[in-house]
Amino acid sequence: MSNVVPGLTPEVPLSLPVPVERTLPNGLRVLLTRRPGVPLAEVRLSIPAAHADLATADLLASALFSGTETNSMTEIAQRLQGVGGALGAGADPDRIAVSGNSLATGLHELLDVLGDLLKAADYPAGPLTVEQSRIIDGLSVAEQQPDFQVNRVLDARLWGDHPYGHQQPTAAEVAAVTREAVLALHAARIHPNGARLVIVGDIDTDAAGAAVEKALGDWNGAGEPRRMEPLPDLVSGPLLLVDRPGSVQSAIRVAYPAVERTHPDNAAQHLANLVFGGYFSSRLVMNLRETKGYGYSPRSRVDHSPAGSVQLAAVDVATEVTGPALAELRAELRGMAERPPAADELDLARRYALGSVKLATATQAGVANYISVLAAAGLPLAWLTEHSERIREVTPADVQRVAAERLDPDRAVTVVLGDGGEIRESLAAFGEIEVP
Amino acid sequence: MTVATIPAPAFAIERFKLDNGLRVVLAPDPGAPVVGVAVVYDVGMRSEPEGRTGFAHLFEHMMFQGSHNVGKAEHMRHVQSAGGTFNGSTHIDYTDYFNLLPSNGLELALFLEADRMRGPAITEENLANQVSVVKEEIRVNVLNRPYGGFPWIKLPPVMFDTFANSHDGYGSFVDLDAATVADAKSFFEAYYPASNAVLSVAGDFDVEQARELVQRHFGSVEDRPAPVLPSFAEPDLTAERRESYVDERATLPAVAAAWRVPDPVTDLEAFLPYVVLGELLTDGDASRLVERLVHTDRTASAVAAHTTFMAEPFASRGPTVLLVQAFLPPGTAVDTVLGTIDVELARVAEGVEEAELDRVKARVAAQLLRGDDSVMGRSRRFATAEIFHGDAAMSTRFPVLLGEVTAESVARAAASLTPQRRAVLEVVPGGAK
Repeated sequence: MSNVVPGLTPEVPLSLPVPVERTLPNGLRVLLTRRPGVPLAEVRLSIPAAHADLATADLLASALFSGTETNSMTEIAQRLQGVGGALGAGADPDRIAVSGNSLATGLHELLDVLGDLLKAADYPAGPLTVEQSRIIDGLSVAEQQPDFQVNRVLDARLWGDHPYGHQQPTAAEVAAVTREAVLALHAARIHPNGARLVIVGDIDTDAAGAAVEKALGDWNGAGEPRRMEPLPDLVSGPLLLVDRPGSVQSAIRVAYPAVERTHPDNAAQHLANLVFGGYFSSRLVMNLRETKGYGYSPRSRVDHSPAGSVQLAAVDVATEVTGPALAELRAELRGMAERPPAADELDLARRYALGSVKLATATQAGVANYISVLAAAGLPLAWLTEHSERIREVTPADVQRVAAERLDPDRAVTVVLGDGGEIRESLAAFGEIEVP
Repeated sequence: MTVATIPAPAFAIERFKLDNGLRVVLAPDPGAPVVGVAVVYDVGMRSEPEGRTGFAHLFEHMMFQGSHNVGKAEHMRHVQSAGGTFNGSTHIDYTDYFNLLPSNGLELALFLEADRMRGPAITEENLANQVSVVKEEIRVNVLNRPYGGFPWIKLPPVMFDTFANSHDGYGSFVDLDAATVADAKSFFEAYYPASNAVLSVAGDFDVEQARELVQRHFGSVEDRPAPVLPSFAEPDLTAERRESYVDERATLPAVAAAWRVPDPVTDLEAFLPYVVLGELLTDGDASRLVERLVHTDRTASAVAAHTTFMAEPFASRGPTVLLVQAFLPPGTAVDTVLGTIDVELARVAEGVEEAELDRVKARVAAQLLRGDDSVMGRSRRFATAEIFHGDAAMSTRFPVLLGEVTAESVARAAASLTPQRRAVLEVVPGGAK
């Protein structure tokens, strides 16, 4: 037995598949990637939907499978199930997305079903009402979840009147949606022009391309494209205290500025976020979890969305340590510039970042997700290789510089959701408190 | 209608056993330059001692607090420094530790797992720290949210009588606070010998080299006898059991109903029809209960059925259950839903069309295959197949075995789910304010 921790054997270079890409005459951009492994195909369709009414888009996404001119809801579900398939849809401020998977041999059938939905969904009144009620039921449960509650307040506080400020509709908004509004939204927005279809799996790209053309080549129509305006600058302000009587934990959320993926500081920002709170070996986790035991999963991440980027630190802690936990979180955030990482601390994060790309692209689903997410930012999958090279070049001085520019608790937006009566006093030390 | 034939994945699997009893599974696949390393110990929540609810899970946390040659937090640091990720998870019948790394980190992961297989370095200080962390985990997942612990923690005490089968595996705060370093030492002594574990490696590696590395790092782990697995058997229900509780943060009525099913290990052939039945009842809009309860009657907002409390039919022992859970629109009576479930089960018991069965099987197979998309998922499933079914290669055969389930056996399974054999738990919403 050896008691010396073994080193690593030579690194295997990152190797990414190259999607076969084409744009159909109707404007649909198609990216097909052969990735053998399990005999499945992963499908991701993204349709631009900036400034679509949020509640209407949610209902459209839920009721998309409720029936078409020629297939009932049951027939649609049976066709998908017969090829081991499933499809789901969702909406966010930027897009309406349909995603799913099936046995690779059933991809053509799944695409035929998808084409039928996109071209001929007719949202029959009965099933639409069912979906409407289910969304409202689901919202009533979500509205009792701390994470959902605090995010709703945080989005509003961060982005105000920008569409990102209101990302979850209310029950009243959903209840007010009519079938006519859903049909009108489908007619106005469910078009191939500007849409993107990603397929990854154990597929022949020629055959898959032919199946896409057959199923979606005659998908047509055009509406007025609407652009999403960039996010406003983040404006700090009083700490927002959201009262949740009886809460046994406080949900602490601290948002701070970020640059987008294509900014020269992005690689340094990526590593700064990791060192601060972006992985288990980070300062935030070591302090709040492994030393103090305040919370189960302290974390920080960079959110890149089409309209802009932001960083968010989050932890849920026992009510009685709310003040001390926020103080530690702020101190660690400030500490990134005051006590910048030394070479070894930075190298740890760097190696993690480089490995993470390999892990995240090691599955069919992971490749499909990455192609889709990067394409939404106008970037190819190969961008990951360039980003990895930039990660290798980041110095401690770079991290200190980006930390000094953006990782400042006094310029951050802080929202705490918890039992107001119990935690208000301990939060007073952080300055002015606003109760929404 | 297209109905796909069910493909069988062809992963090469090599199995062997070290002198200390450690079972080893090697499943090479050069598809992506990553490797998954999983160690599964044959101990779960069912085995924790009375007065120490939650101990199996707390002990899992303690396995990350350092070992002979690894300091506190260093396991995570080493794995992440290699570009990898790690975690552990505690289940009713097993506990697993897993690492996913770029393939050049294989030896590191083997070293780390072998080091803690020789014993974690548990102190009063790191125990107190992790008790605190586990309490926060329970607050997040159970105490501070609607439907926390429903039904996996709340239903077993309705269904079962013995401590092993009925207690809360996340643990009471009283029991967690009472946990000592000595408890951890005796738990390790009893349940963590190499002979009670399976090491599984999947992904991009050379088999001969891996075999040599496994021998180098695990070969000298002490040879200790495996514990004798006790019987957890208890009699089936002969009369319906029913309980309800108020959840102050719940907004919708909810109900879970469970029936005992044949033992997933010792009576696999009789168990498999229940796995198919669960999917036939609630997988997708074409399934029996979704179509009836959600879309036709509108007496459920969501419904799901599966075998075993954690929905892992091939990583569980008996006694266990088939479970149906439903969330109902406000004001809907639970009895209405239970009555309809009885009606639908009776319909299935009358017979199932082959076409419907084939569709369901295709979907089950695709879902199992999807779990094999990642080498992490694959390494964990190979390990649990070795633990519970004595052969990692069984993992690749489950889709085929499910494909052989007959319509008659599914009908018989449905016929066995009678009201007098079920345990029912109702959640009364208190949060619709």
